[in-house]
Amino acid sequence: MTLSITMTVNGDRLALTLDDPRTTLLDLLRDRVGLTGTKKGCDRGQCGACTVLVDGRRINSCLALAAAHDGSDITTVEGLAQGDDLHPVQAAFIAQDGFQCGYCTPGQIMSAVALIAEGEAGDDPERIREGMSGNICRCAAYAGITDAVREATRRMQQDERRSA
Amino acid sequence: MTPFEFIRPATLAEAVAAGAEPDSRYLAGGTNLLDLMKLGVAVPRRLIDISRLPGLDRIEAQPDGGLRIGAMVRNSDLARDPAVLRGHPAVAEALLSGASAQLRNAATVGGNLLQQTRCPYFQDPAAACNRRDPGAGCEAIGGVTRGHAVLGWTETCIATHASDFCVPLAALDARVEIAGPGGTREVGMAELHPLPDEDSAGNPAIRPGEVLTALVLPPGSDAFAGHSRYVKLRERTSFAFAVVSAAAMLDMDGGTIRAGRLALGGVAARPWRVAEAEALLAGQAPDAELFDRVAGVLTEGAHPSGQNGFKIALARRIAVRALVAAAAGTPARMPALPGSVFASEGDLTHV
Ligand SMILES: Cc1cc2nc3c(=O)[nH]c(=O)nc-3n(C[C@H](O)[C@H](O)[C@H](O)COP(=O)(O)OP(=O)(O)OC[C@H]3O[C@@H](n4cnc5c(N)ncnc54)[C@H](O)[C@@H]3O)c2cc1C
Ligand code: SF4
Ligand code: FES
Ligand code: FES
Repeated sequence: MTLSITMTVNGDRLALTLDDPRTTLLDLLRDRVGLTGTKKGCDRGQCGACTVLVDGRRINSCLALAAAHDGSDITTVEGLAQGDDLHPVQAAFIAQDGFQCGYCTPGQIMSAVALIAEGEAGDDPERIREGMSGNICRCAAYAGITDAVREATRRMQQDERRSA
Repeated sequence: MTPFEFIRPATLAEAVAAGAEPDSRYLAGGTNLLDLMKLGVAVPRRLIDISRLPGLDRIEAQPDGGLRIGAMVRNSDLARDPAVLRGHPAVAEALLSGASAQLRNAATVGGNLLQQTRCPYFQDPAAACNRRDPGAGCEAIGGVTRGHAVLGWTETCIATHASDFCVPLAALDARVEIAGPGGTREVGMAELHPLPDEDSAGNPAIRPGEVLTALVLPPGSDAFAGHSRYVKLRERTSFAFAVVSAAAMLDMDGGTIRAGRLALGGVAARPWRVAEAEALLAGQAPDAELFDRVAGVLTEGAHPSGQNGFKIALARRIAVRALVAAAAGTPARMPALPGSVFASEGDLTHV
């Protein structure tokens, strides 16, 4: 069965035909849209490598059917930087050594962007670790990840104050 | 995954009609169903997307004081809802102790209530399983059964109910509304999650073509708001299913318990409540010895279904721990680690 869907991905409006409704949002992004930043780890919701924002909320794209997200607004890791200017969360991951092999990193970054937007963890490392617990890091870069999220949170708060 | 047809009905009536067709399944958040489809455990020929059905995503105070929660409300939105945080804090704590932020953003109320057991033999299409295939037998028996039931099980099925959310819901006497071809019916949590018996394995009591439309927290259930906790023992600090868990709620009149509610998770095919255990709390002052007696009555008759005898002592202790935490009072702010036994807030006595 063929389905026609539309989706906004990192600001671009796309019209797509799905010849198989089994396509997950993750496979659509990687194989059809060509955005391979979003990673497939477990494909079962257990690792967070596939985290993207759908209408501003973080979800596991491996447990989402593309067909069920017709009309959605998707942000992937490719949509964060403005040209060569990294998003504050990306910059903080580099500054704080928030990764080793980097496989989990796009998911970690997308999850962190959402965590900061949710606004419930603040600067508290315990709340940050809990809020990031859906993202597993096989290299165990957790200390750097927590520091990166704290740094990005602080920087984004400062930027907000400056622009207010 | 086996191929399927994907349809998105525009109305509840259309969804009910579509669901009655053979081999059809409803798709809500998909976090359980898609996983089972990838494993080849669920093989629908038709997937009916109900996630955007109109009118099912609201949380409404009822004229009688109850709270009606639409089946498509996302777990994360419910856990942040001011009325839930204020009136039913253990419900929010249980939700936030479950899965991950990403999964809670996708998972719906209805999907959480109707999620399947995490029994590894249920998840393996090559294993015999009475839940998947009535009469096939139960391959879990004699197998790897650390996570299986210690209460209310039979040789037909020894699986546990996996949901955290359902544990405080059971304690609060929550009900669900179900729309079907013959109209709407309302059932309690215990009825929705039957225990296995000699013939049936205890699947959720919802029939093909029925859509769970709402969850209702009964009027007066916010009386416990000041003393409500959910405590969950896991094999890692976060993002893991419960080994055992407990929801405890006390309605306090000064230093005396007016009424108490207590339910265990991770021990049976449904959240486990015993009226006689709760009755022991009424009119008493909170006290470790009393709580221990209550936990003893709650776990009376518990017996291992395999390699899980250790869960009986853990269940008893988690019940005491939840009661102690509830007696100390609901924390003003959600703990950094919701439901955790490592929570730094409150004065938790180690038992
Ligand atoms: C890695 C992982 C970890 C998890 N950890 C936890 C945990 O710690 N604690 C916990 O409690 N849960 C946990 N879960 C389970 C999670 O809570 C469930 O997957 C989720 O709540 C299901 O909701 P959903 O909307 O995605 O349901 P779906 O997957 O869409 O549906 C589940 C089932 O319910 C049926 N259904 C859904 N809605 C309706 C309706 N309104 N009417 C009729 N039928 C319906 C579907 O047909 C399907 O059979 C975890 C899941 C994963 C993948
Ligand atoms: S315990 Fe229940 S779910 Fe698990 S294999 Fe046996 S019958 Fe199936
Ligand atoms: S690939 Fe989606 S959670 Fe692991
Ligand atoms: S950096 Fe290697 S998995 Fe996280």
